[in-house]
Amino acid sequence: MHLYDLPLVLALIGLAFYMVLAGADFGAGFWQLTAGKGKQADEIRDHAHHAMAPVWEANHVWLIFVLTVVWTAYPIAFGSIASTLSIPLFIAGIGIVLRGGAYALRAGTATAREQRGVDSVFAVSSILTPFALGTVIGALASEQVHVGNPGGSLVASWLNPTSITIGVLAVASSAYLAAVFLSGDAAREGRHALADRFRARALAAGLAAGAVAMAGLVVLHFDAERIFRRLTEGVGLPALIVSLTAGIATLLLVWHRRYEPARYTAALAVAATIAGWAVAQNPVFLQGLTVRQAAAGHDVLVAVVVATLAGALLLFPSLALLFRLTLGGELRSGKQGSRESPVRSHQRQRLGARLGARLAVAFLIAGIGFLTIANAAWAHGIGVACFFGFILSGYRVALPDDVVDTGN
Amino acid sequence: MVHEQMAHLTAIVASLAPGEQKYLFQARQMQALSFAVHIPLVCFGIAFPAMLLYVESLYLRTGDELYRTLARRWSRIMAALFAAGVVTGTILSFEMGLLWPNFTGTFGSVFGLGFAIEGFSFFMEAIFIGIYLYGWNRLSPRAHFASGIPIAIAGFTGSLTVISVNGWMNHPTGFRLSHGNVVDVHPVSALFGNWYFWHELVHMYLAGYMVTGFVLAGAYAFGRLKGRWGRYERTALAIPLAAATLASVAQIFVGDWNGREVAAAQPTKLAAFEGLGQTAKGAPVHVLGWYTHGHVEYGIPIPRLLSFLAFHSTSATVEGLDAVAPADRPPVNVVRFAFQTMVGIGSLLALLSVVYLVAAVRRKRLPESAWFYRALVLAAPLSVVALIAGWVTTEVGRQPWVVYHVMRTSDAVTGAGGIPVGYATLAAVYLALACGVAWVLLRLYRKPLDRGGSQQPASETA
Repeated sequence: MHLYDLPLVLALIGLAFYMVLAGADFGAGFWQLTAGKGKQADEIRDHAHHAMAPVWEANHVWLIFVLTVVWTAYPIAFGSIASTLSIPLFIAGIGIVLRGGAYALRAGTATAREQRGVDSVFAVSSILTPFALGTVIGALASEQVHVGNPGGSLVASWLNPTSITIGVLAVASSAYLAAVFLSGDAAREGRHALADRFRARALAAGLAAGAVAMAGLVVLHFDAERIFRRLTEGVGLPALIVSLTAGIATLLLVWHRRYEPARYTAALAVAATIAGWAVAQNPVFLQGLTVRQAAAGHDVLVAVVVATLAGALLLFPSLALLFRLTLGGELRSGKQGSRESPVRSHQRQRLGARLGARLAVAFLIAGIGFLTIANAAWAHGIGVACFFGFILSGYRVALPDDVVDTGN
Repeated sequence: MVHEQMAHLTAIVASLAPGEQKYLFQARQMQALSFAVHIPLVCFGIAFPAMLLYVESLYLRTGDELYRTLARRWSRIMAALFAAGVVTGTILSFEMGLLWPNFTGTFGSVFGLGFAIEGFSFFMEAIFIGIYLYGWNRLSPRAHFASGIPIAIAGFTGSLTVISVNGWMNHPTGFRLSHGNVVDVHPVSALFGNWYFWHELVHMYLAGYMVTGFVLAGAYAFGRLKGRWGRYERTALAIPLAAATLASVAQIFVGDWNGREVAAAQPTKLAAFEGLGQTAKGAPVHVLGWYTHGHVEYGIPIPRLLSFLAFHSTSATVEGLDAVAPADRPPVNVVRFAFQTMVGIGSLLALLSVVYLVAAVRRKRLPESAWFYRALVLAAPLSVVALIAGWVTTEVGRQPWVVYHVMRTSDAVTGAGGIPVGYATLAAVYLALACGVAWVLLRLYRKPLDRGGSQQPASETA
């Protein structure tokens, strides 16, 4: 592997996380949309919502990560993709807005009827977005995009057999992932009837996704011959086998109600599909453009890789904490937990109001001196610090005593 | 070999050259709409977590349930606004490619790192907001408080990285142009070794506190005029208001500093702020009026003030718009009107702030006049208007360049069709989103107080 491949590998890892995690979120929306009416349907919708609400925002950030890495490390390719595939990308963007809108709006709903309305209206986006993003991958896989603004047909580049098949596959695998995850969540909470309903959905969606994937291979054979060959007889074959095996293993695990290991095999199946696509397509990025040709200069690639690895050191422990709390049922809003009362800590002697006021005035005067009257850059730095000192020292003074009584 | 590669790259860049775009203006409008919707939400991302944490720290110190109730109710508002911020921010990152593929395609390697790092701030924000919002009953009070701290930090680092990109667009460094190709790219020094973004960052950070503070205070001031006025409401009004008023006072001086930085690095932009047609010694400032044929008509002139403000000398020479060709000038009246709006509202808010601070410090209580609260109700939307006017000032003032003096906006735009359709669709979706968020906020506002703070209806989601 070369330096110029590394950012792309990181972006593809990000894409795999996005397909698994945000895919499950879109899939949850799919099951909300298809839940129907009545009490059982409301239960399904509620469960899908509650399981996803604490994590959906973090799950969607993966897409931002992918976009930013690609446009920094492979700007020419990104510009051409964004211009040529502007229609599906725009549809995906609108879908993401609607999906987020559902979470924003649900906070204000008071009755089940309102919730049903919100969920159904917004769940449409759960089909729109994965389909549109799938067509983008299909366009790249079938080399419909070349360098240019735009570089290829605005319509035929993503409305072709490969794109449509991968779009449908993205919707089906999202629904599959969501059903697997949601059965697991329901089983953890001891809601076995609900878990069984999602189990049935997982089995159905899993079979559907498998059928679409098989059909996809046939389509690739006719529409994207190079990738088909490399997937079925070349470097992509191991990934294809892993993906198939993991998919079948997930079905068996779900059948036997072993939901926890099924989560991971389902995720593996999706990740292996992406890996297979990547190695089969390598080294071609766009039609007539290799990854090496698309890559930015040495310093940029190093900076992106270093920044990403440093960010990952912060990100993964935080993500682990979020998922541990969520999967442990600690972040469910419905149930009551015991709540300890805060211990009255030793009352800190608060800064005398008089002193605070004097300090604030001193900071203000110093700030004006350094920022407004002086003209050197270092003086401006001190001046800005003084203004923040003014705000911090003045804050307690600016709060009337009858409003904030800290017990002194 | 190297030469061959260069030739190949030239060919690639050449084929990414600007396409025909009839709808450049609509593309700019669409981008502006997306910013205008997102930027007020960013303010809440910057300042709201810190205010919430302050309230929660009061609860930890005193055990007074009132603070806990307040923090919980605010955290629902934060959840709704953050969700809207996430998705509108996603749209912005899409538009970097969808509307300006040539800008991203040519300079992505120079500025992209800023957004890549911002992605991680965004991750931290999203992760800990999930923990904070859903952890009220589940984490110990101290752990819960601690889970809010990364949100406040990420709000700062996120704006730092994004504004470093904006600073770079206004003052591009860290690369060389060779036959139209970007070479010798040093992204770290381009973004963070570039001094030109610090003034923007400080200005925006204070604006975040002003907008959040005045909007929240305005809502409770409205309640007071309707008779909702207990200790809870007084607390909920004073905590954001105290922050906003102090920030407003500091903003006057920070704004002035911003003006001097622009004068030094972007004289044409400054000339557009003031409608200064010709380079002049001892240049005046005009309040109000209209720029036409190289000068301001019907304005109130204040002699020599511009020279004094920009260079601290009443006889300093200020470069006028005539220093550059007409094709290189921004649309003066748009910039000037936005600038005057921002400065005018900022001054009024600072005045209102002084009124508040005097009452709070000297009489140790909230002002009692109903007029003060009416002014606060008005200050809420005005602060948002000033914020947007400020961004119009700097962004339209940068025109016709997307990368100052390097790439024109018209060369950055997409060659794909359908911009009017996209613009109309986005406008409709954002209108629906705005109505939805307004509906949620109204619902949360009207919801009766629940002093116990621990009861949750089964339907509660955030």
